[in-house]
Amino acid sequence: MNRTFRILILTVFPLAMGSPPLHAQAPTPLHDEQYPAVEIAHGARLYEARCVTCHGAQGDAIGGVNLRSGKFRNAITDRDLAAFIRAGSPTAGMPPFTLDNADMAGIIAYLRNMNTFDAASVKAGDVARGRAVFEGKGNCLSCHRVGRKGSFVAPDLSDIGAARSAGSLQRSLVDPTSQMMPINRTVRLVTKDGTAITGRRLNEDTYSIQIMDDRERLRTLLKSDLREFTIVKTSPMPSYKDTLTSDELADMLGYLLSLKGSSQ
Amino acid sequence: MTPQRLTAASAEPQNWLTYSGNYSSHRFSPLDQITPANVKNLKLQWVYQSPVAGNWQTTPLVVDGMMYITQRPNDVVALDAITGRAYWIYRYTPNPDRIVCCGANNRGVAILGDTLFMGTLDAHLIAINAKSGREMWKTEVATTTSGYSITHAPLVIKDKVIIGVGGGEYGIRGFIAAYNVETGKEAWRFYTIPGPGEKGHETWQACPPKSESFCDPDAWKHGGGSIWMTGSYDPQLNLTYWGVGNVGPDYAGDQRPGDNLYTASVVALDADTGTLRWHYQFTPHDIYDYDSVQVPVLVDNWGRTGLNVVLWANRNGNYYALERATGKFLLGRPFVKVNWMSGFDERGVPIQTPQPPGQPTYQGNQGGTNWYSPSFSPRTGFFYVSAWEDYASIYGGASVEYTQGRNFTGGGPRPFGPVPGAPGLARAPINTWTESAGHGAVIALDAGTGEQKWKFNMTDVTDSGILTTASHVLFTGGREGYFQALDARTGALLWKSNLGAAINSGPMTYRVGNKQYVATVSGLSLFVFALDE
Repeated sequence: MNRTFRILILTVFPLAMGSPPLHAQAPTPLHDEQYPAVEIAHGARLYEARCVTCHGAQGDAIGGVNLRSGKFRNAITDRDLAAFIRAGSPTAGMPPFTLDNADMAGIIAYLRNMNTFDAASVKAGDVARGRAVFEGKGNCLSCHRVGRKGSFVAPDLSDIGAARSAGSLQRSLVDPTSQMMPINRTVRLVTKDGTAITGRRLNEDTYSIQIMDDRERLRTLLKSDLREFTIVKTSPMPSYKDTLTSDELADMLGYLLSLKGSSQ
Repeated sequence: MTPQRLTAASAEPQNWLTYSGNYSSHRFSPLDQITPANVKNLKLQWVYQSPVAGNWQTTPLVVDGMMYITQRPNDVVALDAITGRAYWIYRYTPNPDRIVCCGANNRGVAILGDTLFMGTLDAHLIAINAKSGREMWKTEVATTTSGYSITHAPLVIKDKVIIGVGGGEYGIRGFIAAYNVETGKEAWRFYTIPGPGEKGHETWQACPPKSESFCDPDAWKHGGGSIWMTGSYDPQLNLTYWGVGNVGPDYAGDQRPGDNLYTASVVALDADTGTLRWHYQFTPHDIYDYDSVQVPVLVDNWGRTGLNVVLWANRNGNYYALERATGKFLLGRPFVKVNWMSGFDERGVPIQTPQPPGQPTYQGNQGGTNWYSPSFSPRTGFFYVSAWEDYASIYGGASVEYTQGRNFTGGGPRPFGPVPGAPGLARAPINTWTESAGHGAVIALDAGTGEQKWKFNMTDVTDSGILTTASHVLFTGGREGYFQALDARTGALLWKSNLGAAINSGPMTYRVGNKQYVATVSGLSLFVFALDE
């Protein structure tokens, strides 16, 4: 067996009839929000590549295990489910799986929605076309960097496809502020001698701040040397909601999801 | 070391004889060589580097120029307090099948005579000769493979050494027990979860006959109530005070109806017999993991009322004063934002206001404070607490069936993060939480009223304890790795040094000869500072 396509066998026990209801007090929040369709679709593709050999297309190829129920006795929350997948189940023959954030989020989203999800409802992006949009019409490299190309002003996206879920990446294209990590916020600083500095925050503590300034320089400023310190909570990135077509957005998402940190 | 010396620890300020400095747990020193005026001249004297990676939480003891520390997993090291050179190392290898929730933590030793006492990760209590480092006796306190462990420093009272058990995330039935200092034989045991027929057992209510949700009729058997911080002692009342940890399962409240005594409580026990004299429950029927393991701070003539009290800044975000002989509720007041409760009834019971599903609860899972040692300065009359502010969690309980040695939390909280689907937030060395998810602070409270007198904000959060001295110098750390001296009267920054890694323990101070030293752990190193000659 090709070790890069290890088989994911979920042997957490789906709820049996007659089991006590599990969601006792408040309904257990399983996830930060509803699972975005692109995330489920990403998971469906991963399932097809890594799980279907053992679990089957319908999720019921292993006796007593029906993944289509979307609920599992020993993995109540998504966090539980992720832990189970990472650990595997040696006694049941399921190996441990090392999945990055994006892939884990996708697999879980798919497992929770296997019963109802229509794969045809989500257009799969084309990586090559997405790269062309990213580097061309989108002009993304004017701020971002991928591999050895682009700018350091905005966050490096070389491994964004491992770090961010598909849903988060999709939202970041149309509503960048909603997905901006607070650490990445733009700061506007004015030193006591009147020098104005703008940059992207890299780190901050009680006494100092580290930034990538708008001239791509790494700088540390002591707060005691500053006259003004402003944190800008809106993203400087434009929304592509109206400037890219839905196909271009899908392709761009496909490209971003392909960025897993290897040299580009 | 005699029981009399332990009782009068403040009379020998050159030493640091118990985990919190004295039986009242003030973490306050009468030493005054280091002052607000000269603290800027502190210089590093020596560093001891632990060979074992991991969060290091020890508070050293110092006795007549000897320093005793613990290091991971369960080593005890005797050092010369002037040079930092080691005399001996006692090494103990805990059972590899031990079960601990949160790392190989140990917070220190206790001493009596020439004997040191340490609790171990695999739930043993060990007596060690302080001169040779040789093991004197070893007692199994509880079964580690059932989830029991010991992480806190013991407390010696007269001829007994008192210890409690951790394991609140594994469905233990918690207890505090006393052992004879000479033999290691158990003298008494107090279960923090009362059994059938015992007072308090009624707070583990019977399950409703037709419950729609899962309910565990034997919930008390694995109800948690862990002990993981050192208690305090009032020699006049002969009462010892201990904070009790979270209920099990932590978040699945429906399966354990009732107040679930004595979890999330303080218990006052007769030091000779372990008999419960009184209790106060800070968070009845806790579903937030609001352990009440904080170090009890005993203060006489509280707010000039003549009352002797126990002061408590609780993980649930409230500051409390309780009458020390009776447990009578005198004061409860939030020191950080809280929305899990809206106030207290006339008996001091919090009026709980659970938030709707998916909505943030303040304070979040790590609490308004946690296990970080507070300090009380008799000089200022202020109570100092390491706090987390503007920090919330989204809670969700999920029923869980008990299995020995398995995690028994029943769901779990999610951080109230700003960007769903993004990588998890992280603290030091890169602080990606930033202003969006809370920050740390040292808060000075008027001990008599709970009114905030000043606040020192940090950008990152803090797990550091606080030390104050008679000369109004306050020492503390935080996740950022700064070791900071503040003016205890105003909160003004006096001095700081970047030690390079999170400070997760409580600073302490001592004197050898004419020199006052101040010590703190940061990362894998113990740093000791003093003024130059």
